[in-house]
This record gives sequence, C-alpha cells and structure tokens, in this order.
Amino acid sequence: MSWTRNVMRVNLTEGTIGNEPLNMEWAMEYLGQRGLATRYLMEEIDPKCDALGPENKLIMVTGPLTGTMASTGGRYSVVTKSPLTGTVACSNSGGFLGAEIKSAGWDMIIFEGKSPRPVYLYVEDEQAELVPAEPLWGKSVWETDEWLHKHHQDPLLRIAAVGRAAEQGNLYAAIVNDLHRAAGRSGVGTVMASKHLKAVAVRGTRGVGNLRDPQAFMKAVSAGKKVLAENEVTGAGLPQYGTQVLMNVINESGAMPTRNMREVQFEGAAEISGEAMHEPRKTDGKANLVTNAACYGCTIACGRISRMDQRHFSIKTSPKYWGASGGLEYEAAWALGSDTGIKDMEALTYANFLCNEDGIDPISFGSTVAAAMELYEEGVLTDKDTDGIKLKFGSAEALCKVAELTARGEGFGRILGMGSKRMCEKYGRPELSMTVKGQEFPAYDPRGIQGMGLGYATSNRGACHLRGYSVSSEILGAPEKTDPLSTEGKPALMKSVQDAAAVVDSTGLCAFTTFAWTLDDIAPQVDAACEGGWTSEKLLEVGERVWNLERQFNLAAGFTAKDDTLPPRMLKEAAPTGPAKGRVSDLHKMLPEYYKLRGWSEDGVPTAETRNRLGL
Amino acid sequence: MLKSLQIEPEKCTGCLQCELACSYQAEGVFNPAISRIKVFTFHEEGRFVPYTCTQCEEAWCMHACPVEAIVLNPETGAKEVKADVCVGCKVCTIACPFGTVNYQQSTGVVYKCDLCGGDPECAKACPTEAITWVDADHTGLERMRAHAAGSGTGGAG
Ligand code: SF4
Ligand code: SF4
Repeated sequence: MSWTRNVMRVNLTEGTIGNEPLNMEWAMEYLGQRGLATRYLMEEIDPKCDALGPENKLIMVTGPLTGTMASTGGRYSVVTKSPLTGTVACSNSGGFLGAEIKSAGWDMIIFEGKSPRPVYLYVEDEQAELVPAEPLWGKSVWETDEWLHKHHQDPLLRIAAVGRAAEQGNLYAAIVNDLHRAAGRSGVGTVMASKHLKAVAVRGTRGVGNLRDPQAFMKAVSAGKKVLAENEVTGAGLPQYGTQVLMNVINESGAMPTRNMREVQFEGAAEISGEAMHEPRKTDGKANLVTNAACYGCTIACGRISRMDQRHFSIKTSPKYWGASGGLEYEAAWALGSDTGIKDMEALTYANFLCNEDGIDPISFGSTVAAAMELYEEGVLTDKDTDGIKLKFGSAEALCKVAELTARGEGFGRILGMGSKRMCEKYGRPELSMTVKGQEFPAYDPRGIQGMGLGYATSNRGACHLRGYSVSSEILGAPEKTDPLSTEGKPALMKSVQDAAAVVDSTGLCAFTTFAWTLDDIAPQVDAACEGGWTSEKLLEVGERVWNLERQFNLAAGFTAKDDTLPPRMLKEAAPTGPAKGRVSDLHKMLPEYYKLRGWSEDGVPTAETRNRLGL
Repeated sequence: MLKSLQIEPEKCTGCLQCELACSYQAEGVFNPAISRIKVFTFHEEGRFVPYTCTQCEEAWCMHACPVEAIVLNPETGAKEVKADVCVGCKVCTIACPFGTVNYQQSTGVVYKCDLCGGDPECAKACPTEAITWVDADHTGLERMRAHAAGSGTGGAG
C-alpha cells in the first residue's frame, strides 16, 4: 500500500482544516491522482456549478507511486471544474511538490469554499494552517516563492502558487510549483485564486514507504529505469532536446499549426527547435540551453533550463531575467512561436519565463495571441484595442509586450486573458478561435495527424494532446506505425491511448514514460507498491473507467455530442502544404465508430451496459 | 583495492534518485529529508551538485567524538556511526568542515554516509553517472581523460 490513506480537507470559508481517511473503495477503482480525485469531485460538487464560485472545489492529489523511487514518480494533479471550458479539469505537474505532499503524509488536499481574505496553506507533516496572505496578494509566483522561503526560513519548502494573472481572472491561469513546473491547463490557477488561496507551502519529512512488496518493487523500478534508459526517445531524445525534439519532426510531417492554424508548416521551425537551443547564439556566442533538469525521481530529465542573451531587447534593462530558468518545451515553443509566426527564440524564451513567473498556460496564451493577430490582420482589432501594440504575425516585440500585459493582468492583457473562444466571440468572429470546448489546441494539426482530430474532439478537457497521444503511433511509430493521413483504425487507437493516459495519470507517473513504457512495464511497479492485484488489464480498465467518469461529469455539466467537434477551419480549410496538402480533418468518419467502441449511444452517452460493466 | 565515490556535478540532473536510494537503504523509506547524500540546486546558474561525506582520512568527526561512536571500517574506508554508542552531543556535526554529519531529531543520534558497507546505492541508482564508485587512488582519472582528450589535437589548426 503506498497510499498514506490521509485526506486533508480545507474549508476556506470557515478557515478550518480537517483530516479524514482516504476512501479505499474508490482507490481500488480509481487508483489515485486524476481518477481518484475526479471520483471525489463527482461526488462533492454539482457539475453545473459556477467554476469560479465557492461551490466549486479544488483538489491537489498525488498517486500511489508519487514520492516513491519509481522513475518519474513525483507527480501530482489539480482536479476541479474548469472556468475556461466548463468541463472537468485535471492538470498534472512534475517538479517536487507532489512528492513533498506525500512525504508530509497526505494523499490529497481538498479545498472547498472561499476564504474571505487572501490566505496560503502551510503544511509541515501532519500540521497544517491557513496563514493570512495579504502581503502576497498582487505578487508574482516567483516573488511569492521567494517571500515564503524567507519568511519560513526554510530553503527546503516546496511551494505552489498563483500569480497576478490568476488574481485578475485570466481564464487559463496555471498553478506553478518549484518556480517553473505547472499544473498548466484549463485555468486551475484561476479557480485557486477565486478561492483567495495564494499558495500552498509544504515541508514533508516522513518519507514514503509502506510498499506492499518492497523487494519486488525495487526490482520492478530497476527494470523500468533500464527500459527508459535504453529507449531512443526517453533515453536520448528527451534528455538531449526535451520535448522540443519534436519541433522539426512535426514540421516535416506537415502537422505544425502555424499562424493561427492557417498553415501546417512553419518556415522558422528549425530556428526555434530543440537543436537550435544547443547552438551558440550569433549575438553572444552562448547557447540558450544551460542544462537539462529532472523532476523528482525522474531518470529521463526532459526539463530545459535556459539562459537568455542579456542584450536581447526584452530584458536589456531587467536583470531579474538574466539568470537561468525554465526554458522552452515543445508546446510553449510552438504556441508562442509557430502559431504566432515568430522565430526569435530569445523572445519566446522571455515570454515563457513570464508564463512561469505569473502562472499562465503558454499553450492557451500563445494560441489566443495567434487568434488576436488574425483579428488584427483582418482589421477587427485595431491599435485602439491593443493599447497601441502592432499585433502582427511574426512580431517578437508585440509578443513580449502582450506577454507582460497578460501575465500581470493589465490592459489588453485582460482581453487576451479571456482565452481565444471568448475573445473571438466578443469581436464577432467565433470561427477564428482554434479551440474545442473552449480550450486552445496544442501543437499537432489534426489535418496532418488524423487521429489527433478525433482525440481533440473527444478529449474530456477540451483540445489537448495529453488526453490521448496517438502521435506516438502515427508519427513516431510506437508501439506500431500507423498512417497519420488515414482515419482507418484511429477510433480504436484513440480509445486505447486515451484509456492508457488516464490510468498513467492516476498512478503518479509522468506521461512521457509512455514513449518507452507500456502498461506491462507499469503494472509490476504499481502491483508491488499497492495491494489490489494490479495487472495491465486491470489498469487499462481503470483508465476506461476514469474516461467514462469524466465523460459523465461533462454530460452532467451540460455538454452533448454536438460539442465533440473541431473548429470549421480544421473541417473545411485544406492544409496548404506538406504531406497533408489538400486534406481536412475527417472527423465525421471516425466519431461514430469511436462512440460505438466506447460503448456509448449515438449521442455520445455511455449506455447502461457500459456503466454497469465499469461499475459507474 | 579501496574505492571512493566520485561525483561529477556537471552530469547531474537533480533527479534525486540518489537520495531516494540512500534513504531507502539506510532507513527503508524514500525520504530525501534523511538522505546521507544531498543534491543542491543553484537555480539561477542551472547547476545541480550532489554532495556527501568524502570519508576524510583524518576525519574531524571521528576525532571530535568524545565517546568513540564514529569508527573506521577498514574494509571500506568509511567512518561509520555506531548508533548505540552515540550520545547525540552533536560535536561531530560542528567538527565536520563539510556539514555532512547531521543530527536526527527522531532518533536522537547523528547519521552520515557509511558507503552502504562498500556497495553504495546512490552510485547504482544514478541514471547519469554523476556518481560513480571508482578506484580510490584515481578519482581524478575521468577528469584527466577529458582534459587529455582536449589537448594535443590542435595540430592542423
Ligand atoms: S520526463 Fe520530464 S516532465 Fe516527466 S517527470 Fe521527467 S523531467 Fe519531469
Ligand atoms: S541520481 Fe545522479 S543525476 Fe540524479 S540527482 Fe543524484 S547525482 Fe544527480
């Protein structure tokens, strides 16, 4: 058993903190993290509730492998109802906070209500208290982090916080932990700020033990580490280039969304790629990348630590950005770069620093800027709306300025903070928003990778690559190569990667292990750690159960099959270049088969039989 | 042949596998808070530096201990704490110039690296070879090799 079996319940309205035993029946059905917290959420809130009202709850949750020595076993998730999409939200983060929560003795922390004044939660093992946070309100994540470390005189505190964007109601605000790791998507940070909860600071000294079969666990962990080390992607590509290893690959596949997804290939891709981060800069002869870095317990170490050119226009006079910090990963580089047509890597790095400093999701931010650029090009947005910023595709200066405004929640940054869907609706051009269920697309064009279109349309948190990553098969050929331009077999492929991702997200492990690991590598680790007899089949069933539970949440929140769709640009405007030239997303060819395979009715509702089979 | 831990910080990613392996071997729990090896992060510089006891020949801690609770293991060269002898006076923690001997509130005695009896878990757990277990007389060998590889190759300019 590697659950601690302790749940902390923090009532922010009353200012009280309670301790209750983990519901082990649910743990056996949903394992941990994404699945287990969604089960709690489903039980405790009305899916129709106002995501930013006190009736929404926010759950910080670990998995049974969080805090153990299993490679990448340091993750935690934030589960809540999303203000951006209105669906269930689950955002997963690495760094060190998750393991610290577990080491302090907690499986999850449930926040409910709304504090009358700004507070932060301070946890030292079993002790927890809500502390007034007035001095921190209005500060960035980085300032908050520094203040808390100083105030508690404890360099080992692990901290998660929201920044100014969240306080100002930016709808895709993130919760940033350990300075540059984030529960990034769907506005979980916005929910946290709406509760007047500024930060969570944790010190855990108990450690994580309590394994069902310690010897078998250490054996399974070593075997797993070996597989990761020997795999081309997890053992070489990711440590060397980070997720940015994908930039050139996806661009060549003609699936690199460019300039608000009008195009599918970016002429500047090589200049903002993982390879380019290693190259000495023309300006100062130094490389952007300083080193790679790992999250807790991770033997892959995909993290990028970058240092900018001090003479870059954006930071010339701001020494606070001269040190090394979290650098570009693929999604950020794509959204801030390719989607806006900008190939100045230093500008992208600066915008990325700002996203970390004040906690905003670089994917949603970059995509929203891209949509604003198209609105500006069409003359719908003018200098009057943009605070005088010439918001042209390709303008690094414009990106840096709007990133500052959005991170701080000021001026035109407030408009960008609405997200692309609301912004495009506000200006009367909803079709220019590249979103599904209100959430912005990630870095894979569904015209060039057909399976991903189905994935985006059916993802339970709106457009997202982490809900079902068929790119592995369609582009990288793992475990088996399928044709990215064909729709054949994609419904089954998508279902299986969705279910697998849902259970991996419920264990405490990182999704990136699945470039190398299958459930056969994961099951022995879970089984040795936890009672319950965990086989690959049983894990996959947990994944399917989680997927259906999330679907039920969304149906109860008012979503229907009509929402399982893509923006008209993806369905009607053909890819202009590359291998997918002339193609649109053939979503309609995949969706009915997908519903059938899922055991859902033609309206996308899980049938009674499916619900019974999964115990829902 | 005596062996030593060799640490090459430039290879470290800060993953803490070494700390997890260490605490698990020593106390049966994954707990960086009580690891005998510590990885320090210098965030602004983008550097991670693992640090632990170097097993000094004339160990300050050993000499300082008033009850001889720190003894040499002749087979490994490790200076080991005899927990049943230690009185928790903490003099050794003051004597050690490197801070690698620490007091543990929950046990009332000090703890330090004991080289796992000659088969250190940190070195086995490290995925990047930032920690290796090498011939004690040649901890500089890899660094010498790296520099040697860079010299004498400049011929053709
Ligand atoms: S693969 Fe990357 S994101 Fe995942 S745990 Fe490792 S360093 Fe963190
Ligand atoms: S295991 Fe190796 S790479 Fe990881 S923190 Fe320790 S020394 Fe660094």
